[in-house]
Formats: sequence, C-alpha cells, structure tokens
Amino acid sequence: MKVGIVGWGASLPRHRIKVEEIAKVWGADAPSYKKGLGLREKSVPAPDQDVITLSVEAARNALARASQVSAAELGCIYIGSESHPYAVKPSGCTVGEAIGAFPACHVADMEFACKAGSEGMFVAHGLVKAGLVKYGLAIGADTSQGAPGDALEYSAAAGAAAYIMGSEGVVATIDDTFSFTTDTPDFWRREYQHYPQHAGRFTGEPAYFRTVTGASTALLEKAGMKPKDFAYAVFHQPNGKFPMRVGKMLGFTKEQMEIGWLAPRLGNTYSGASPLGLTAILDVAKPGDKIFMCSYGSGAGSDAFVYTVTDKITALQQKGVPTTADQLDKNQIYLQYGEYAKFRRKILKAE
Amino acid sequence: MRDVAIIGAKVTACGELWNRSLRDLFVEAALGAIKDAGVDHIDSMYVGCMSGGLFVGQEHIGALMADYLGQCPVPAMRVESACASGGMALRAGWLHVASGLNDVVLVGGVEKMTDVGGDEATYALATAADQEWEGFNGVTFPGLYAMMAVAHMDRYKTTSKQLASVAAKNHDNGSKNPNAQFPMKVSVEDVLSSVLVADPLHILDCSPITDGAAALILVPADMAKKLSKRPGIKILASTAATDTLALHSRKDLCALEAVAKAAAGAYQQANKKPSDVQVCEVHDCFTIAEIMATEALGFFEKGKGGPAAESGATAIGGKIPVNTSGGLKSKGHPVGASGVSQAVEIVEQLRGEAGARQVKGAKLGMTQNMGGTGASAVVHILEAM
Amino acid sequence: MPTARTWREYPQRYRYEAGVCKGCGKWHFPPRRVCDACKGETFETKAMRRTGKILTYTVIRVPPAPFKDQAPYAVAVVEMDDGPRLTAMVADTGTFELKLGQKVRLEFRRISEDGDRGPINYGYKAVPV
Repeated sequence: MKVGIVGWGASLPRHRIKVEEIAKVWGADAPSYKKGLGLREKSVPAPDQDVITLSVEAARNALARASQVSAAELGCIYIGSESHPYAVKPSGCTVGEAIGAFPACHVADMEFACKAGSEGMFVAHGLVKAGLVKYGLAIGADTSQGAPGDALEYSAAAGAAAYIMGSEGVVATIDDTFSFTTDTPDFWRREYQHYPQHAGRFTGEPAYFRTVTGASTALLEKAGMKPKDFAYAVFHQPNGKFPMRVGKMLGFTKEQMEIGWLAPRLGNTYSGASPLGLTAILDVAKPGDKIFMCSYGSGAGSDAFVYTVTDKITALQQKGVPTTADQLDKNQIYLQYGEYAKFRRKILKAE
Repeated sequence: MRDVAIIGAKVTACGELWNRSLRDLFVEAALGAIKDAGVDHIDSMYVGCMSGGLFVGQEHIGALMADYLGQCPVPAMRVESACASGGMALRAGWLHVASGLNDVVLVGGVEKMTDVGGDEATYALATAADQEWEGFNGVTFPGLYAMMAVAHMDRYKTTSKQLASVAAKNHDNGSKNPNAQFPMKVSVEDVLSSVLVADPLHILDCSPITDGAAALILVPADMAKKLSKRPGIKILASTAATDTLALHSRKDLCALEAVAKAAAGAYQQANKKPSDVQVCEVHDCFTIAEIMATEALGFFEKGKGGPAAESGATAIGGKIPVNTSGGLKSKGHPVGASGVSQAVEIVEQLRGEAGARQVKGAKLGMTQNMGGTGASAVVHILEAM
Repeated sequence: MPTARTWREYPQRYRYEAGVCKGCGKWHFPPRRVCDACKGETFETKAMRRTGKILTYTVIRVPPAPFKDQAPYAVAVVEMDDGPRLTAMVADTGTFELKLGQKVRLEFRRISEDGDRGPINYGYKAVPV
C-alpha cells in the first residue's frame, strides 16, 4: 500500500513588515541584518489571525484540492505549533469543528519548536500506513514572536501548511522517513513567558547544522539515494541563509532548493516553515519528481522525508486553489512598526 | 373603541443630568403631566424604558415608578421596544383608554443613560440590534445606520451634505427649545468636518447619549373637558408594525418598511393623508434616519428625502416642518423617553404653545418612533380638539 | 460572552450551515424554526458556499469594547451566492477601498475575545477576492 499526501494547502497572512522598518526602530543596520539573515521581509498575522484561523484556512485549501476526501473521513488531526492560542484547549478541536471532521477523530496538538508540523505529518502518515485511519490531517502553523529588538524579531513570521495523508488518490508517496533527536538546548520558552530565548551562535553548528545533516545523511543512506536523484529539496528555514548552506553542505544545488526556499520573503514560519516550502513545491512539481524534505526543531530534532510525485498531482494543481506563491507574492499589505506593534500586541494598554 | 385625548404633557430637560436618577427623572415628568392635566388620580400607568437593566442595573420599572410617584397600588407596567419603547408605551396607554378599561392613564418614558461609560452605553444600545448575528460581528448602531446611508446614497444619489442639512436644521430648531441637550446651532460644514463615527456618518450626524423623561395623561376624548381645563389633543391614530430585527434580512436596505406599514395604517385610521400633516416629530437617531422616515411617512417620494431636507422643505415654515423640537439630534435621545417626548412636542404645537418654534396654525400633527434599525415602528396622529 | 451561547452556534459561525425550507426551498441563515416565506416548519441543513458580494458597508471607527484592538474596521452586509444575507466584518481591507458589489469570501477569523483570560470567539469575516 502506497501511503502519502493526498491533498495540500497553505495559508499565509497578507501583512508584511520589511527588515528596514524593524531595524530603524532599534537603530540597527538594516543591510547587515538582511545580509546576515538572508531575508528582506516577513509575514505578520492580522489581529484576527492566529494558529487556529490559519490552520482552518490551510485545511480548507487542502480539502478543496483533495475533493474526493470528505472531512468526516479524517481519522486524525494533528496541529504542530509553538504558538497555540490556548495554553490548555487544543487548537485541533476548533480546526476539526470548523472543517466538519468531528466527532470520530483522534486529535492532538503538538509542540517541538519549529518541527511540530512535520511531526504531525510523520504520525498521520504512520497511522494511515498502520491502517488505523483512512485519512489523516497534519498541520504545521505558527504566529511566533521574537522579543522586540532581538534578532528573532526580524524573522519570526506567520503561516500554516496542511497535509491530508492517505492511501487513495496519493499525489506524493512517502517513500521513506528518518527522525533524528538529541537534547540540544539552543532555543526555548519557559511556561508563562511571552518570548523565547535562544543560545546565540550555539543555535547554528551544534544545533541546526548537526541535526539537519544528521537526519538527512541518515535518510539518504537508508533510502539508498543521492542528492542528484531529487528534483526538489526543502529544509527548515529559520532565516534565508541556513537552509541554503545546509543544502549545499549535503550536496543539493540552489536550483533544487529555490522553489521551497520561502524565508527571504516570508521569514521563519516555525512549525510551518519546511511544510510551507513543500506546499510551494507541490504546486509546481511534475509526476515522477522526487522531493527531499528535512525539518528542524530546537531542542533538538529533525524529521526527514523522501516523496515521489504521482501522476495524480496534475489535476489537483489545476483546481484553482490559492497557491503558496500566490499568497506569498500577491496582495501584500506592508505595515509600519507602530501598526505591527499594535497587531502583535506589543503595546502596553490600560486594563 | 373610544376616542382618546391627551390632556396633560410634560418633558424634562434633556442632557447629562448628573444629580438626577432614573426615578427622579420619571417622577418629575409624571408629576408635571398630572399637574398640567389637573387630574386628581390615575387608573393605570405605562412606562417606556429601553434598558434600565443595562444603564442603571434596574429592572421592574413599572412598580418602581408607581411607588415613587406615590401611586401604588395602581397597575403599572414597563413597555420595551428598544428606542420605540416610549411610542409603544403611548400605544399601550391609548389601548387601555380606547378599550374602556381605564379612564385616566399615565404614559411615561424614561432613560438614564449617563450613569455608565461610553462603551457600556454603546453596548446597551447595540442590544437593540440582533446580538447574535449583527452585534457578535462587531457592528454598532451608527454602523448599521451608516450601512443604510451607503445603500441610500448608492441608489438615490443622496449626499453627505443632504444628511448634514438634517442636523443643521434640527440644531436650528433645538436652539429654540429650552429643554434641548445641544441647543447650539451647527452648520452643514460643521457636520461634514466633524469626526467620522461610521462612514459616512460623522459624530454630528448622530443623536447623543441623554438622560431625560416625558409623560402624558390620556383620557376618553368625551371626558377631556370635564377632567381638565387644558386643551385636549385627540389621538386620531395609533399604529405599530415590525420588520426583521437584523438589517441584513430586509428586502430593501434603504427603506423603513415597518414605518411605511405603520404610517399607512395610521393614515387610514385617521382618515388623513400625508399632505394633511402640518407638523411631525420623526425618529432622527441619525440624520439618514430622518431622511428615510420622511420618505416612509409619505411626505416625499422614495429617494427624495435628501434633496427635500436640503431644500428646507422640512424646516419650520417649509412644506412639512419636521422635528421642531430639535429632534433626537439636538433635543437629545433618552431612548425610552423619546417616543413620549415626541408626543409632548406635538401636543405643545397643537396647543399653540411651542413658542419660538411654533408652526403657525398647526392643527394636525404626527409622531414616528422606531426601535433598532426600524424593526419596531410606531406612529401616532394627533389633532387639536 | 458565555461560552455556551457561542458554542451552540458553531455550525453557523464555523461551517455556515443554513436551514433550507423543504416547503419552498428558501435558504435561512441562521436556520429558523419557521420559514418566513411559506411558514413551513421542516428544513434541511446545508452548508452555504463561502462566496458572496457586498451589498452595503461601513467603516467602524468607534467600536464596541471587545473590538477596540481591531478598529478601525469595515463591516458589510453580504449577500451569499446561495441567497442568505449576513453581517460580517471585512478582514484585510487595508485602506478600506471597498465598493458595493465587491465579491468576497468568508474566512475563518478571530472575532473577539473576552480579555486575556476568557474564551476567544471565532467566526466568519468577509475577505475581498
């Protein structure tokens, strides 16, 4: 039984803020931030958008593509995020209710820093493969915040990617997977804290690069494949630079990575990051294309996947569902820092 | 059914009346009406009040007012139809006299709105709209009327200037009313340059938050002379109608169908036509409301209310003077009292006692009061006896 | 807002479920017990399509307390392609350059919340397409 993706959908906010706009508030040098982070701007959720709303819209787009799937057939819903609107009360309950998946459904919210989205994909895929559910919905979504003035403020963005996993109508089979996990304290947020903390340059080589290369190398070896076998590759993108650098370290080319490389104009969508890179790829991939994906979550771990696109994808690409590129590059509304601060509730108000 | 006459009328000052409570206001108006009529008792009383609960945390208004008016044990009942509460209270009182059940009935209306902050007042008023399907989605009362204005402007080419001319006219009238909350004159330019509340409505297109009360004494017309030395004013018609609570469910977003229905019934009941009306108080909670009301009452064709207002046709001395009191706009809008207060103005006009705002020779007058965006409508036609 | 009151309306606020009169076919949103067209009392539940057009709108500049953070915002009366009309906030309007007849799509958004501690109310907003 070939199990894999039967529908995909993205949801991105329309609002953006440019690196220059943030830098001028903090007296920072915008050109060096743009160069250092490899990004120009980031998405910003409107005050009425959060992980739940973005997840609902991404799920609706996935269901609109996989039109043979009724929401009631979804046997599980997993939402990975580090910015769930409630500390206690699952995002998945609201999302499942909104898309009409309930009540026969297993639901869990997941958290593993930026890897929570791919975790849901991993688990939903496993449940379909085990025959426990007919279809499973996995969503990676975040509306993360960086502390004002912190380097993270330039990249912490918002977006959601949704995947329906199944064994009928598969548009991209999941051929192999590998998960790589260690205790690596590079980034965290304690209970009741508003903003995360990070370990500066320790987040790089011993954390992101060791974990992503560890998972990717192991999966390539396990699958008996080489970087040149793939049409596309997508890696977690905490900024614009890391994914390109890690991809090149592994032997992938810029051409393979470019379509899924969204960070320069989207920022870091955390749990949504590599899953959104994959939605952008599925929007344009051709039957037979092989795709390599590797997520990264601080703490730390990576989930890596090998996909093969099937001939069923063409029909789904032609359904007129908003593509990732459409949402990324059209109808943006640019914010000034004051509006952004209001949107992100950074302004202290009277009770 | 018996003919009914009004023999006593009183309205309090309107405004931010910090030292007077809900019951103080009512008792002042009620005592005033009783003394104006010169009656020595009442048989029952009906009190219009939109939201004692939300404005001052007080329900059970009927008994409270009977108590503080020293009228226990007469039957007393509060009447609520949002901003049409006052007009509906008048209709309730009229029914009790017309039916023969009572001979001397007190009708009052009262609202004490300034004991809460602006946010709470906005919320209380918004409960007149559909809370689940309008209010839940962030719309305010000015917002609902603004949407009616946008639809009216789109279909009939009504202009912001025409809306503003309603405010200018009503403030001009209000400047002659000693009880008005905002008796200052405002120009069309003043209105247009005032801050937007809900586009295209500016703050000066909106009626204010007001404390106030009004009261009337109703008796059978054939007993008016015996019971009172004051000139009786006959109620020729009392009609009411409803429409969907939510604006979005209306067939026509820029027509007040319930008002038109109630008006048609009133003209029939009174055997009069729109051109017979010499003075009219309409429910101008927003300037667009007056324009739409003058169309629904048949004074002007649909879509012609705006140009008519701008031309001066609704000013004192015009074809049909509207809101000689200053209207809700200038006189003030103590919501539960407004419908009764309108009748007090017409009584004064038909008695020839309206002073500087008197419409010369007025013998036939009309009141139009509505709740929400026109979901409740009540119309009365009054005539000098 | 008490949670039960919002919860019982999830089928409408989340999934746009309307009541279609079995007597005359009229779509009612929200569903009602009595058809206002034919007085029928039996209905079939159907989800409305998410698309419609703006019949009229305004920009709310003085909002009720629960909507303070979102002001100024546009609100519109929308006629859904399946017939029913509803009132909805208009999201992502930027400079409010709306026009009558504008095509919109309902999106799932946060509508209001009961302070920092209370429940978050979700529902539909209209987004220009």
